[in-house]
Parts: sequence; structure tokens; C-alpha cells
Amino acid sequence: MNTSLKWIKRYVPDLECTSQEYMDAMTLSGTKVEGYKELDENLEKIVIGQVTKIEKHPDADKLVICQVNIGTESIQIVTGAPNVFEGAKVAVVLDGGKVAAGHDDKKVEGGIVIKAGKLRGIESNGMMCSIEELGSTREMYPEAPEYGIYIFDDDAKVGADAVKALGLDDVVFEYEVTSNRVDCYSVIGIAREAAATFGKKFYPPEVKVIGNDEKASDYIRVEVTDKELCPRYTARVVKNIKIGPSPKWMQRCLAASGIRPINNLVDITNYVMEEFGQPMHAYDLDTIEGNKIIVRRAENGEKFVTLDGKEHVLDENVLMICDAEKPVGLAGIMGGENSMITDNVKNVLFEAANFDGTNIRLSSKRLGLRTDASGKFEKGLDPNNAEAAINRACQLIEELGCGEVVGGMVDVYPEVRKESRVPFEPEKINDLLGTDLSKDEMLKYLAAVELTLVEKTNEIVAPTFRQDIHCMADLAEEVARFFGYDNIPTTLPKGEATTGKLPFDLRVQQKAREIVQYSGFSQGYTYSFESPKVFDRLRLDKDAPERKAIEIINPLGEDFSIMRTLSVNGMLTSLATNYNRRNKDVKLYELGNIYLAKELPLKELPEEKMMLTLGMFGKYDFFDMKGVIEEFFEKVGMNEIVEYDAKAGKPYLHPGRQANIIYKGEVVGYLGEVHPEVAKDYGIGGRSYIAVIDMTEIVKFATFDRKYKGIAKFPAVSRDLSMVVPKDVQAADIEKIIRQRGGKILESVELFDIYEGEQIQEGFKSMAYKCTFRSAEKTLEEQDISAVMKKILNGLSVLGIELRQ
Amino acid sequence: MINNEIKTKLDSILDKAQESIKAAKDMDIINEIRVKVLGKKGELTAVLKGMKDVAPEDRPAVGQLVNDTRTKIESALETVKTRLEKAQMEARLAAEKIDVTLPAKKYNIGHSHPNTIALEEVERIFIGMGYEVVEGPEIEYDLYNFEKLNIPANHPAKDEQDTFYINSDIVLRTQTSPAQAREMEKGKLPIRMISPGRVFRSDEVDATHSPSFHQIEGLVVDEHITFADLKGTLQEFARELFGPETKTKFRPHHFPFTEPSAEMDVSCFKCGGKGCRFCKGEGWIEILGCGMVHPHVFEMCGIDPEKYTGFAFGVGLERIALLKYEIDDMRLLYENDIRFLNQF
Repeated sequence: MNTSLKWIKRYVPDLECTSQEYMDAMTLSGTKVEGYKELDENLEKIVIGQVTKIEKHPDADKLVICQVNIGTESIQIVTGAPNVFEGAKVAVVLDGGKVAAGHDDKKVEGGIVIKAGKLRGIESNGMMCSIEELGSTREMYPEAPEYGIYIFDDDAKVGADAVKALGLDDVVFEYEVTSNRVDCYSVIGIAREAAATFGKKFYPPEVKVIGNDEKASDYIRVEVTDKELCPRYTARVVKNIKIGPSPKWMQRCLAASGIRPINNLVDITNYVMEEFGQPMHAYDLDTIEGNKIIVRRAENGEKFVTLDGKEHVLDENVLMICDAEKPVGLAGIMGGENSMITDNVKNVLFEAANFDGTNIRLSSKRLGLRTDASGKFEKGLDPNNAEAAINRACQLIEELGCGEVVGGMVDVYPEVRKESRVPFEPEKINDLLGTDLSKDEMLKYLAAVELTLVEKTNEIVAPTFRQDIHCMADLAEEVARFFGYDNIPTTLPKGEATTGKLPFDLRVQQKAREIVQYSGFSQGYTYSFESPKVFDRLRLDKDAPERKAIEIINPLGEDFSIMRTLSVNGMLTSLATNYNRRNKDVKLYELGNIYLAKELPLKELPEEKMMLTLGMFGKYDFFDMKGVIEEFFEKVGMNEIVEYDAKAGKPYLHPGRQANIIYKGEVVGYLGEVHPEVAKDYGIGGRSYIAVIDMTEIVKFATFDRKYKGIAKFPAVSRDLSMVVPKDVQAADIEKIIRQRGGKILESVELFDIYEGEQIQEGFKSMAYKCTFRSAEKTLEEQDISAVMKKILNGLSVLGIELRQ
Repeated sequence: MINNEIKTKLDSILDKAQESIKAAKDMDIINEIRVKVLGKKGELTAVLKGMKDVAPEDRPAVGQLVNDTRTKIESALETVKTRLEKAQMEARLAAEKIDVTLPAKKYNIGHSHPNTIALEEVERIFIGMGYEVVEGPEIEYDLYNFEKLNIPANHPAKDEQDTFYINSDIVLRTQTSPAQAREMEKGKLPIRMISPGRVFRSDEVDATHSPSFHQIEGLVVDEHITFADLKGTLQEFARELFGPETKTKFRPHHFPFTEPSAEMDVSCFKCGGKGCRFCKGEGWIEILGCGMVHPHVFEMCGIDPEKYTGFAFGVGLERIALLKYEIDDMRLLYENDIRFLNQF
């Protein structure tokens, strides 16, 4: 909402403040000013002058030499403007003055300084200005010529300040009005707030009900078939319309609000719409058949052409204004081509109605037709405002000599909106705010915005334009706004102390971040939604459970249309980004949810699983990844042996280089090398690796409890086992046997060499383990060790393993 | 007689030893001297062996003489040894000098995402003030995201927030505020909680918008909680987060689920409030929305609004991260380029 300060001052004449003061104070009292534009920015030393004499320039065909009377003296100005004439009153910027824009009509930061000088050898002591050079446009000043300088009306005073005469000594403020303050989508509403903010008196426009001896009801009858969607419909009639320009002051008000002045009739409706926040519509009464207006829902498939010439196909949710025969307007949105005002209009039917805001909002959205009127209606307006607005419009019609107003108003208003009443509880207001204000002080603030106390019932009465006042807290806000939020003390909550804490699962996540970061991984964030195409990219089966993704019904596009069921796409995309940008040795991780529906379509909330996803490429391999995982497990107290099942079955991973991660018999995640074809598809060159850990599983096993076990007192004994092992036998199988058979005294088993190739028979590999033994009770003797070693070797021989000679 | 003979011999041993010790250039020679003079087969030992020829009454005196000589030689040896060792050490240290400006060997520890750093800061501040961290679902019922927060069906706020819908009852949460309603419904009072998490709004990706971002919701419910408490708490938070000089400004605003409502600005931490390019010349930066919990919200969540009051606030995590780390494009937060991440 944009409004000029001058318009506000029409209702708060005593308001005196700088633009910045106004912006700050209004913002702090709750009417947020987003910014302002001073219309006289970069306009200096500009006066009204009158051209008294024009001569040809001796050396330039397109230039003329003007003598211009500027009140105090006559100065010579050379101009190329095509529209000057002797007697013309023009805006003259004097030597050393400033204009906002150049000859090309483009505004220049800081303005352009005009200096006296010579033009083709002839002295020129100033410049005559076009409306664009004065920082405005023909949109706002329709009387300005397309080319050439701005010519004032004959009554302009020579020597006077041209900026003032044009009404450019004004400031336009841009407000951000919150959705609860529908009344502030009007100049009156903002003026009321301004008056209360600055403690000045508010003078709302005095609306006089005028009209001739005739009755509007003799011209028109109104029938509303859906009072839910149209709680009120008022209509008045104006005869003998005389279309012409509206007065300059009205044009300036509209122009400053960003509304182009057109003619008196249109300008009056727009003026009242801005002033009262009540949109109105004018129909050519002579096009209305049967002297009747019917407000009804459209029929499904009904077609209608709006006054912009566009045809719309409607449905039963769209409210229509019709005459006895045909529809004539889309209620609250736009009138019809068939009833629109033309220059030849004689009689007008004015409509100021109240429509259901939600319905207008949804209809205008569905039709793709948003207008100033619908923008106001969709906030949900006060039906009591319609009457004042239509009377105001008729008053202006008569005052401006735009037509003859017919007496009376047709008003269909079955349920009159009542003002709301809230018990006045000053101690509760103080308790909520933490203040100690007196009852009288509160009443003073409330009265400033027309919230008054009824002593008899001890209730505050809120006028119907304040649809946001329903309870004590609402009154507290009004008090706080004008007392000043800044004046409310600052304290800390008292009462029972509480313990601040992080829940266990977040502590585990925190530990995960710590460990993987120490392992060199940096944290990334990726989106929760992705494209359903990722499933094919990841080579998932047609019936893979991951494909059962939750769909968004109004996504930003296919690429963001499903909620991810696995986290690898985000990681692969991020790796690819880094690869493409030639980043070397990249390690990334992400902690983010995947979303698993129990059934589709979704009936209840899905399971949200937090996944730790690791990804890397560069100088790393599978076992680096494995190391990070085991490091993490240990640090969250998962000290049992981690098992790896190579049959993870992930189609996006290398079939020979992937494994499920198993802890205490549960699959808690998987890792592997990215399948070369998938990597290629994503654009990642070389080998890359990912691991995905299901944090919801980890949380089941994790613990931060630690118990000290004592440090061994007796010495350890080591034995190396150098073996020839059939190629298919996995290290885990060997270690399992060594551990089982090693019994209690086996402290650790460690692979220290693995070799395939020359000297080793085809189909076999050489592996060397170091087994360390230690007893908690005694120093181990040779025979203790050899007995265990024998058991171990016997066990290993079952796998076809032989000691190396 | 013998005694004198022995004495002369000892003197000569001592003189010779002292001479050769003095001339010794390295530890090997010192050790040689030690063996030659003091060793089992050494000269001094030989003298001791001659004791059998000494009269028994003279033996203690002779023994004393031998010992004195030994002590003197040992002391001489020790002095030279210390000197030589010192020289040796100095030579070694001199030889081992390194170029300390050669490159460091780093562990290449990974980096936290700026969002996470900001989040941990905020969590640390509020945990310190006795707040519990609580999580809520990202895919949420319309009921919690809107209805229980005083945003009924067809409320314009539902449009304004550009909600992603899964169906008519389930949405991608547009705010972390539903965590308020969920926490209040548990019925455990008093409440001091913050709830961080991911939220979604249907905004196209650009430098300042993202369809998915993060918020931190805060909620305090107890008897006698006031708007002054809200101001005090958030002022404390702002000072912790942006520095002790930070000033706060509360502006009236509107949120359906709080009344009175406010937006909080902090004095620009770049220019201290004088106005700069960073704060667009205003001296203030908008940081969060807040307010007193609306009595209707209390009612819908089963808390007696006559007995309890409370305040709530919501902070945009990305907003804090972008401001604090002067990141000029929100897209950087989701690209995961390590050249970006490694700066945090």
C-alpha cells in the first residue's frame, strides 16, 4: 500500500515530522513503513516562468531563444523543446539548480545540476523542464505533452515554486500492512494510526448524504441469492453524467498512490477505494436490463467477457453480478464488457458491496485475474464501510459537478455486522505485558484508535472496522503499541528452573558429526525433495521399495516432486558438482531425513529416518570408508565386532565392492564403491565411494556410558600366522575362527599382510595375521600358547587354509 | 719405605692420567683412559694389588691414598666427559636444524556447514538458559501446522506461506511452530524448549530464496510469563549471538498464533548501528518474529489461558548464517562445493 503524506495530512492536518521520523514512529507503533520516496528529490531552484518572447537561433535550426519572466527578472533560455509558445507558463530550473532526469527521461542518481552557459554561441541561463526531468511521468501527469516541456495552466503564478505547484513537494510512503489490519488498507485507516502515533487529532472526511428527490429504488432493485458470499450490497444511481478530468488535487493523490488519473468518474471511484478501502464499481445504467441486479453464483461452464475483453469460463464458486437477463460483472473482481462505462455514458449505477474475502481470493486465483478491487476484497472487508463509501462517492460526484445524484440507496444487508465487545481487565493487561500502567493511561491509548470503554458493562467496544479485536490479548497489543514496545521493561522469566538439554538422538548425531569431520568429511545440505527420475538413474528395480515415494501435489516442478526415500542422490549430485569444478580429494557428509510411507497414498505421517550419508572421491578407497564407520561406532560405545555382508544388493554400487554393515545381527547401513555406470551418469570420474548409516538404528545401540576395565598386568605374547588361503575365503571368516578358537586369552588378531600373485598358486592368496595373547591372571607359558595355536590351525584347515612353508 | 714408594707411584699415575685426560678429544679416549687407569686390570688396581706387601698398620693410610687418587682421576674424567658430551650434543643439535617454514602436515579435518555452526550457537545459548531441544516431524498434519496455530482453513496466511501439500490433511511443514503445539499438548509444564528443523515453502530457488530452509522455534510456558520476559530473553540471546554491544528493537507485527506479536531487529553488527551497506543504511537488521502465545492456541492445545501465559519466537537459521558469515547467495548453502564449506 502506497500513500502520499499530503493525503494523510488531509485527515491529520497537525502532523509535523520529517519523512524519517514518520517512518520510524509509524513502524514502531505497528504500521510498518517499508520505505519512502520524496517526490522532490533532486529538484532544486525550479520556478514557474512565463515565456515572453521567442526568436530563432541564428546557428541552429532546432533551437529557439526564449525570454522568460521568472517574476523577479527576465532571463534568456535556449531550448529545443517543440511546444513552447509565447505566453506559455513553464517550469524553469535556474542556474545552479537541479533536475532529477536527463533529456533521455532517465533518472540520474544525485540529479543533474543545471548551469548557465552558451548553446551554440548563445547565452542560456537555465532550462525549461519536461515532466520526466521533474522526476515524474505522463502516467501521473496525463496533461503533460509526450514530447516537450510541461506547460502549466493559465492560473499558475509566475515566480512561484514550480515543485509545489505541481504537488511534487510530497513524500510517498510504502506500507506493509499485516493481514489482521484490513482497515489499514485505506488512507483513512493509516491516517487514524498516524494521528494516534503522533498524538494528533484525527479528522475523518465528513460524509454528507446527498441526492435529489427521486428514489434510487425506482431505478433499480437488487436481489442477493447467496448472502454468505455477499453479506451486503448497496447501490446508488447518478444521472446526467458529465465526463471530464478530475481536479488536480485528486489526480495528485491518485498519482502518488500509483493510480493513473483517467476521468472524473473513474478517479472518484478509485479515490474512494483508496480513501475508505472499499472498492466500488460503476455500471452504465442504460445497459442494465429489467432494472434489476441479481447477485448469484455462476453456473458451471458459464462464459463471461470482462471489461478487459477477455473471456472466462466460470464455475459455481464464482459469484456474479447480473441484470434481469445477463451477467454484468464478476463480483468483487472485474466488471463486464457489456456494462462498462464509455465516454458516452449518461446514467450510472454505483455499487459498493461486501463480498466474502475467501471466495474472492480463491475465484481471482482460479481465474488468474487479480485486480485492485479483488486485492482489497480478499482481505475480508467491513460491510458497514460500504455505505459510507458509496455516499462519499456520490458526495464527490456532486461536488465535482460530475452528475446528478439520485436520492436514496438500495441496500441489501440481511445481517448487520455488530461491533465486538471485550471485557476491560487492566490488571490482566499489565500481567501479560509485564508493565504497571494505570487504567487511565490504557484508556487513553485505546481511545486514540477509537476503542472506547462502556463504563456500565466495563467493556471495550471495538468498531466493526477493527475485525482483529476479540480478547484481552488484543487489547494488550493496542496498549503496548502506543505505550511503545521499547518502553516495556526487559526481564527474564522467573519461576521453576529447568534443565537445558539435548535429546539422546541429537547427541549421537553430534558425535557422528565430530567423528566424520575428524576423519576429513565436510558437511553438506541437500534438498529433501527430488525427481522421480533418480530411481532410474540409480538403476533401481521397477518394483524396488525405494520407488514408493511420497508425492507433493503442488511441487515446484518434476525435479522437486517427491520426498526422497534414499539419500544417495543428493550425495552423488554434490560429489559431481565438486568433480565438475575440479575439486580434488573431496569428502562430504550429510545428516538428513528420508521419508518412508507406511502406505500410499499417505494416510498418516510417514517415518522420517535420519541418515548419515558419506561420500568421497580422490585418493581414498573402500577401506578408508570402512575405517570411518568403525571409528564412529567405537566412539558411540558400539564396541562389538562390526560385520559386513557383501550381498547388500544395491544396484547403484559396484557389485563386487559393496556391503551391508551389520551390528549385533542388525543391518545398520551399507557402503560401497559407486557403480561405474552410475558414477558416469552423474558425471563423477574415477572411483567414488559412499556409505549410508541409518541413525535411527545407531541410536538403539549407542551409549555414552563407559566402564574402566583395568590395564593388563601380565605380558602379552604374539604369534604370526602366515597362510595360504583359497581366494573365496573372506578375512572375516578367518578372524571369526581365530577368535572362536583363541578363546579368552586371545587379545587381538590383526591382518598385517595380504598378497596374491607370483609364488602363490592360482586361486589362492597369502595372508599373514598377528595373534596376540594375554592372560589377566598370569604370565602365559609356551604350552598355553601352543595349545591354542593348534586349535586355531585345526579350525582354519577346515576352510582349506594351510600354513605357508 | 714402601709407603713412600707407593705414594710416588700414585703421584705419577695421577700426573700421567691428568695429562692424558686433558689431551682427550673424544669419549672413546676418555673410556680408554678409564679402563687403563681405573679398570680391573688398570694401573691403580695394580697398586691395590701390591697392598699385600704393605705393613698391616699402614694399610688404611695407603688405602686412603689410593682412594684419593681414584677420586681425583674420576673427577677429572667426569669433568672432561661432561664437557665433551655437551659439545657432542651441541654439534648434534646444530646438525639437526630444520627449516621450520616447510609446509605443515595437517589432518585435513572436515568442516561443519555454516547452518550447523549457527544452529549449535543458538542451541548452546538456549540450553544454557534451561531450554530443552525438541524435534518435530517435517511432514506434518495441517492440523498442527495451521489449525492449532490459529490459522483456520482458508486463512490467507495459508496462501501467503505457499504450502507444499501431500494431501488435504498433510503438508510439508511451513514453519517449526507446529512443534509448539505438539509440546504443549504433552501437558508437561512449565515448558522451555527450542525446536530446530527443516521447513518448506514453495519459493523458487534464487539468491535469497530456497524452497527448503531451517528455522528454530522457541517456546516458554509458565505462570506469570510476560512480554517483558520475552524482550529480556531475546535481548540476552541477541547479545550472546552477535556480541555484548548488540541493541535490540521490537516492532509490532502480526502472527496468527501470538498476541501481542513483534519482530525483533538487532543493531547492525557490522557498523554498530550507524548504517552501512550491510544493513542497507538502516543500522538495524531484522532477525526474528515473536510474541505472547495466543490464548486461543493455549485452548486448542489443552492449556488453561487463564492460568498460564507464554511466549514463542521463530528464527531463520539461514538468515543468521548468511548474516553472520556474510554469505551473499543462499544457493551456496545447498551446492556443497568444498571450497565454500572449507571456509567454516
